[in-house]
Order: sequence, then structure tokens, then C-alpha cells
Amino acid sequence: MNFSDLLNIGLMQGFAGLSLFAVLLLMGLGLAIIFGQMGVINMAHGEFMAIGAYTIYLGSQLTEQYAPSLMPVYFPLAVILAFCFAFAGGWLIEWSLIRHLYKRPLDTLLATWGISLAMQQCFRTFIGPKEVSPTLPDWLLGSWAPVSGLDIPRNGMFVLALTAVVTCGVLLALSKSRWGLRVRATVSNRVMANATGIDTRKTDRLTFAIGCGIAGVAGAAFTTIGSTGPTSGQLYIVDSFLVVTFGGAASLLGTVVSAFGIAQTQSLAEFFMPGSMAKMLTLTLIVVILMMRPQGLFASKVRR
Amino acid sequence: MTALRDLIKRYQLASVLVLTLLLAVVLPLTLDIFRLNLVGKYLTYAFVAVGLVMVWGYGGVLSLGQGVFFGLGGYAMAMFLKLEASDPITTKIQSTPGIPDFMDWNQLTALPLFWEPFKSLPFTLIAVIAVPTLLAWIISYAMFKRRVGGVYFAIITQAVALILTVLIIGQQGYTGGVNGMTDLKTMLGWDTRTNGAKYILYYVCVALLIGSILLCRWIQTGKAGTLLLAMRDKEDRVRFSGYDVANFRVFTFCLTAALSGIGGALFSLQVGFMSPSFVGIVPSIEMVIFAAVGGRMSLVGAVYGTLLVNAGKTFFSESFPDLWLFLMAALFIGVTMAFPMGLAGLWQDHVVPWWAKRRSEMRKDKAAAARRAAEDDASGAAPEAAAKAPRAAGTPERLGDVAGQRA
Repeated sequence: MNFSDLLNIGLMQGFAGLSLFAVLLLMGLGLAIIFGQMGVINMAHGEFMAIGAYTIYLGSQLTEQYAPSLMPVYFPLAVILAFCFAFAGGWLIEWSLIRHLYKRPLDTLLATWGISLAMQQCFRTFIGPKEVSPTLPDWLLGSWAPVSGLDIPRNGMFVLALTAVVTCGVLLALSKSRWGLRVRATVSNRVMANATGIDTRKTDRLTFAIGCGIAGVAGAAFTTIGSTGPTSGQLYIVDSFLVVTFGGAASLLGTVVSAFGIAQTQSLAEFFMPGSMAKMLTLTLIVVILMMRPQGLFASKVRR
Repeated sequence: MTALRDLIKRYQLASVLVLTLLLAVVLPLTLDIFRLNLVGKYLTYAFVAVGLVMVWGYGGVLSLGQGVFFGLGGYAMAMFLKLEASDPITTKIQSTPGIPDFMDWNQLTALPLFWEPFKSLPFTLIAVIAVPTLLAWIISYAMFKRRVGGVYFAIITQAVALILTVLIIGQQGYTGGVNGMTDLKTMLGWDTRTNGAKYILYYVCVALLIGSILLCRWIQTGKAGTLLLAMRDKEDRVRFSGYDVANFRVFTFCLTAALSGIGGALFSLQVGFMSPSFVGIVPSIEMVIFAAVGGRMSLVGAVYGTLLVNAGKTFFSESFPDLWLFLMAALFIGVTMAFPMGLAGLWQDHVVPWWAKRRSEMRKDKAAAARRAAEDDASGAAPEAAAKAPRAAGTPERLGDVAGQRA
């Protein structure tokens, strides 16, 4: 093994980390909006991711059956659908449950855990307990080899591009759009925002739904790198919460940085030791750092 | 006699007495040994639920990692029992006799160093309490001293639960992996699988549980309990009054960890195995729902909640396995949305006022009857009847107290 082989392995391992980074970041973004901006704990976030993943799967099944000629283009459409479904689900849950519990964050945690259990059982009953993966269009398969010995998988690149688009979209929307303005106003002073005529309840609902919608997109991205089962969402929920807290709850930039750090640490550690130990090491590292520095990497400077 | 009654009133012991009667007399008389052993298994979770009442209901800090402490206690006990179960004679077909079977399967040729102390029972019993307490102290001291609480604490404890599960499953050779430690048979040569042993273990479990409830009740009624409540509601004011908020919380959290550890050890003893499925995120959060169903402010309610939810789980997952998760979901949502104080709250809000109303009506009837009797009777008999009436009314009053304090 010479130096260039080592470099290639390092690059490929790094790229594998980037795919994990993409999923963690998309999950974390949704959570950061919901948790960081609204202070609500959404334990069902992983299940919204599963909704997105199952949407892609159903989309691929339906296209394959009824319109095989559309196979190359169904994927982007299904991603949009995944966002819409998860958005609608989030809207519904905020309306029926979360809005009654804003004053009791710990109870929200338990109630949304209940929702996540119910959703998991729904997936199991209506879609099936087995793990499924969609038939991906041809342009997502295979890999790109700029140099011989270095293979960059195409699905990974697609996921990265999708993540970049969504992240930039969310950052832009928060800083430039009307909705972003309302969210920021509500976060910094709810009573005052109400007094200036902002409908804070509607803002909350929209924020929650958008956060869930982004989780749906995360699920869509997830289908290109792994298979989906009823409990896939639950596997990512603790990791994504750690991403958000590690980054600093109120800071979206912190979420990006911490997702990157966590994903790269884990994937590099996976090269040296078994996967479970790598995961344990990464998580322990984060927990210890969070014990030393509970406000996370990027603490908000504003006192509340 | 009055001193005893005062004691009961002061520490609200009537509800504990009712619970003791139910667990120690009623259930063993009505259930066969298989079911009783199941109840004993549920009661080991009740240790965790009682701890959660202290740390969550009174302390206002939700821990989603109680399964960690339950598991640590359980694993400490299981390691001792496993070592005893794998003596060189019974394991002579292994390539290395004398070590637990899963180590042999994972090509270990010698007992790992950290297993050595678990050959002694006293060390194990100390470890059952000390290991969970130590971990709880590290976590809570780091967090509470930095004034982290609420949601962040819940997330961190949940992460700890995940870490420990991954560690146990990943280190198969040292911990038995996903199957856990099975075939635990004897304790110092005493066969724990016989019916007699099961009865004894059940009573040990009940006694320790009641003891823990009494300890927690004693803490609650003392100054520390009042301070805990005050911290939950207005942390800053307690801090301004000169108290170190963190220390009280650390103490409570360590206490609950120790209780959970005891529960875990009893679980290993009664059920005969220990596995990572009692450590992770899902069991930890289920333990929270036990306390929530019973009532997050009621120690005794937590035990009833644990028994009910687990009995429901056993019943439904036997007959309608698909329905159980939906029911569990409904429990989570219902208990947070509709009945935040759980069964104990329902009891306090509906049964107790109803009883009080009935009692006052009864007293009114009695008084009216006494008056009528006094009017009908000759004047000489009247004082006697009047003196009798309050005494007659006094009996249901005391009964009412007994029932009312159960909540």
C-alpha cells in the first residue's frame, strides 16, 4: 500500500462520512428549527424521516408499475412529495397536540414519543415490517472515478447536492423571508411579536411543519444510501438531537458544523475499529464535551 | 396507639400500608407462582418508577436514562450469578472451562480482569448500588453544577442510554452481547429457580420496594423534599435564598440511580437473565410512562402504574400484539394531554371529593337521625344518643382518610 492508495482510501472514507453528514445535517436542520427556535422536543422526528423515505419507495413502486418510462425523472418529484407529506403530517400534529403543550416541554417529549410509537406501528401494519429500498433511477447508480482507484459514489454526490440546496434554502428563508422574520421575532420576544400583529400561533405551526418537511427530505436522501424499515427513524433520533445540542441549539450554523464534525469523526473511527465501537466513541466524546460545555459549540450571545 | 396514628398521618403511611397488604398478602394468595413471579418482575421496574417520581415529579428533572442504572445493577448481579453458573465442571465441554459460555464462543481464553471481583458476593452487592450511583454522580454533577436541566438533561441521559447499549452489544465477548447473560441458576449454591426460592425472592423484592418508598416518603416530608419542590417551581428563588440547588438535585438523582440498581439486581435474580433490551432508549422511556400513568407526584401511584401498564403489556402482547404499540402510544399521549397527574391525580380529584361528599351527607343523616331520636326519646336519653352520633360518624371518617391518602 503506497501513499496514493492511502490518500484514496482516506478520501473515500471521508466521502462516506459526507453521506452520513448529509443525513445528519438534514435531520438536524429540521430539529434545530423546531427545537432551537421553538423549544419543542420532537421525538417523532425520525418517523417523519421515515415518511419521506417511504414516499420515495412508494413513488418508485408506482412509477415502475404504471409509467416505467418516467423512471429517470420520478426521483426529484418524489422528493418534493416527501416534503409535502411530512409537512402535512407536522401541521396536523402541531394542531392536534403540540400547541397544547408549549408550556410543558418535557410533556411534549413524552407525547411525541407516543406519536412516534403509533407511526412506527402504522408503518409496520400498512407497509410491512421488512426493510425496503426503492429502485433508484440509473443516473443515481454507479460511481464517478476521476482517478483510477478513487471511486466517488454518485448517490453520495446527489445527497450532498440536495443537502446543500436545502440548507441554503433554510438559511436564506430564515434570514430573508417574511416567515423567517416572523420566526425570529417570535423567538426573541413572543409577547412583543404578538403585539405587533404577528400571528405567533400560525408561525409556530408553520415552523413545526417546515421542520418536519425537512425531515421528510432527509428521509428521501436516506433512501439513496440505506434501506428503510419501520424503526429506521428511531435509529437516528438520538444522533440528530446530539447534533443540534452539540452545535448550540439556537444556531443553524452550529448545526452544520457539528453534523460535519460528528459524521467525520464517526466515519474515520469506523476505519480503525468496528462500527459499534466507532459510534460509541463518537457519542461518548460528544456527551463528555457537552458536559464540559453545555451550551454547545456556537452559543447564542443574546441573554434570554 | 395515638402515637402510631400520628406517625401514619404525618408520613401519609396509610396508602403504603394498603399497598403492602396488596403485595404481601392479597397477590400471593390469589396468584399462582408463575403469575406471582411476573408481578415480582414488574415490581423491579417499580423501583425505577419510584425513583422517577422523586427526580421527575419532585425534582422537575426528567431522566430518560434510568434503564442505564437498572441495567448496571442488573448486570453486576448477573455477572456474579453467571460466574457461579459456569464453574469448571458444568462448562468442561468448552475449550476453556470455568469461564462464561459466551466468552468461550467469542474465543476468550481467560476471565477478563474486571470480572474477577464479581466472584465475591459482598463486592457484587456493593457494586449493585455503587456503580449506578457513581455514574449518576458523574453525569448529574457535571450537568447540574453548570445549571443544565430540563430538556438538555433528558437528551444527554438518553444519549448515555444509547452509548451503554451500543457498548454492551458491541463487546460481545465481555458482556454477552445482544443475548445478554442467560442461564443464571444459583446464588451461593441456592437454586433460584425453585418455587420456594421464587416466593422468597418475591418477598425480598416487596420488602425492599416498600423500604424504598418509605425512605423516599421520609425525604419528601423532610426539608429536602420541600426544597426539591421549591426548586422545581422557582429555581432562582431557592438559589437566592442561599441554597445550592445543584447538590440537592445531584443527591436525588444518585438516590434514584441506586434504587434503579437495586431493582435491576432483583430483576436478574428473579427472572434469571439480563440483556441490553432493558438498558436502551425504549425501555428507559417506557419506565417514565410507568411513573406517569401512576401519577408523577405519587410514590405509591408509581407502583400501581407499573403493575397496570406491565399487566396490560403482557396481556395485549399475548393476545393482540399489533394493538399494543397503539395502546402504548395512546397512553403516552393521554397521560400528557388529559391526565398529567396520572391515576393518583384521578383518585385525588374524583374519588376523594366524592367520598368526602358522601361522608358529609352520611354525617348529616346521622345527625338528623340523632336529633329525631332525641326528640322522640325522653329527655334523659337524649345526651346519650347525641354522644353516640359523632362516634358513629367517626368511623367512616377514618376510613375515608385511609382511602384518601392512598393517592
